[in-house]
Amino acid sequence: MSAPPVPSMPFTRRPAVRLGLRYAISLALTVVFLFPVYWLFIMSFKTPGEIFHFPPVWYPKSIQFGNYAVLFKDGDAVTVFNSLVLASASTIIAMLLGTMAAYSLVRFKTGGEHLAVWIISQRMIPPVAIVFPIFLLYVFFGWVDTYHGLILLYTAFSLPYVIWMMRGYIEDIPIELEESALVDGCGRWQVLWKVVFPMARSGLFATAVFTFIFAWNDFVFALVLTRTEVVTYTVQVTHYFGGQSNFWSKISAMSVLGTLPVFFTVATLQRYLVRGISMGAIKG
Amino acid sequence: MAQTATLEARAGATAIARQPDWSFRYWLIAPAVFLLLLIGLFPLIYSLIVSFQGITMMTNDTSYQGFVNYARLFEDTRLWWSLAHTLLITAIALPIELGLGLAMAYLFLEPMRGRQVFVSLLVVPTVISPIVAGSTWKLMFDNRYGPINQIIGWLAGHPVVALWTVHPKLVYPAIIVCEIWQWTPFMFLILLAALSNVDRSQLEAAEIDGAGFWRTFRLIVLPAIWPVMAIALIIRGLDLVRIFDIIWALTMGGPGTMTETISVYTYIQGFQQFEISYTAAIAFLVIIFLTVIVIAVIRRAGLVK
Repeated sequence: MSAPPVPSMPFTRRPAVRLGLRYAISLALTVVFLFPVYWLFIMSFKTPGEIFHFPPVWYPKSIQFGNYAVLFKDGDAVTVFNSLVLASASTIIAMLLGTMAAYSLVRFKTGGEHLAVWIISQRMIPPVAIVFPIFLLYVFFGWVDTYHGLILLYTAFSLPYVIWMMRGYIEDIPIELEESALVDGCGRWQVLWKVVFPMARSGLFATAVFTFIFAWNDFVFALVLTRTEVVTYTVQVTHYFGGQSNFWSKISAMSVLGTLPVFFTVATLQRYLVRGISMGAIKG
Repeated sequence: MAQTATLEARAGATAIARQPDWSFRYWLIAPAVFLLLLIGLFPLIYSLIVSFQGITMMTNDTSYQGFVNYARLFEDTRLWWSLAHTLLITAIALPIELGLGLAMAYLFLEPMRGRQVFVSLLVVPTVISPIVAGSTWKLMFDNRYGPINQIIGWLAGHPVVALWTVHPKLVYPAIIVCEIWQWTPFMFLILLAALSNVDRSQLEAAEIDGAGFWRTFRLIVLPAIWPVMAIALIIRGLDLVRIFDIIWALTMGGPGTMTETISVYTYIQGFQQFEISYTAAIAFLVIIFLTVIVIAVIRRAGLVK
């Protein structure tokens, strides 16, 4: 990259100019990609007068939390708690069952290639297509609008991804470690708990972040399978859409409430997130 | 003593790799497979059964109706239009996401101060829930109180009142802008990781040989990043084929039926019109169709060792 400074070098190829250009483009891109998020956030702090003001108000004159207070007073904010319960529980169960299954696939080649391909193909089915028969099944069992019904569904829907990812991480664990644990008198389940899970720790975190976000962001399953008890925040947001006018103050405040936990998760587990996206693709 | 330990270690190796404990390996995988069958195989079989019956909102007719519902599929122009809408959105959004994502990955490939901050900020749209992304752009596109018309008005020099989520010529641009905004960062992050893994010595050799950017890209970079790029394209392509959330937030399939995708149409048939048996027929075909494509693509791309 350190090309000799040729006098005839075009202006745009000079290192300083290139770096300046890169910063300018990066900054422009960041503004474009973050502006809608900014707009959503300031909308939630605006007074009704500012929301329905023409021309639009680009920044609120003062920060006021009235839009949030309404959500808490009416009990709408409990939907964020519902999302938290569903996403957390399904993530933990999916990580547990998925890692066990991946271990079986990697170490014992259970079911061979066919089982692996079938499992991965399950990830690709459109939720809308399967939610319909699932809905009829849940009506039969009385599972509609229950925590366990949705946790089961989210778990099942995350499993292919967890198995796909954990396969790669488990392949990287040196088999000698498991062997020596067996020699030391550990049972097979103990090997799984004491060697495999701790060794795959960073992979577990990276995968769990995504599993959590998938469940957190789900809309279709919750739309069909919840009524009043376990409504998630994504469904609640759409309750504020109106035919002619929309309740912008509630839409924005509820969206922010539902987005903050994800931002928090992503910010704390950032290094796992980037690795999760890239490793999943690279290792396949 | 040491010798016995080695022998025992060998015995351990055989125990893990060569003599799999039958009950153990199946106990490990049984819960996962059971759940996958419940959401994978059960809906398939159930859809198949119901699709041969005549259940609607009015009648609960569970007698065998033959292929009535499947025959109806072929005459249902609304269904085929929804398929066309789905493919249209995919065909436009996917190449743009790939191209833009790749360009952004090149932008941040070489080290620069603050790169990590830029990358972290640019990834934000991808982690937001699609329904929130749709709502956010609904705010942005609002004809009177949204900033988009305002900005266009500044550029045009006169006030613009474009009905982005209602006007037939503007709904697709609106949907595609929202889709690209949310998922280009995903492509970008994957491709950045892939580009960073390209063998530097080969790139330097190409530069010494005087190969230009495009030639280097085609002969060295593309083959190196192809496996990762293929997976990214498959993931995004399949997500686009089943697109639902942002359309539901932005247009609900409207105006009329203009932006109905396969997922939106299936939902409307099943949960608003209660055409139970007919929806089951659609769902069955969609599941079969996508499963066959996915398995073919996964095998073709050599993604499973």
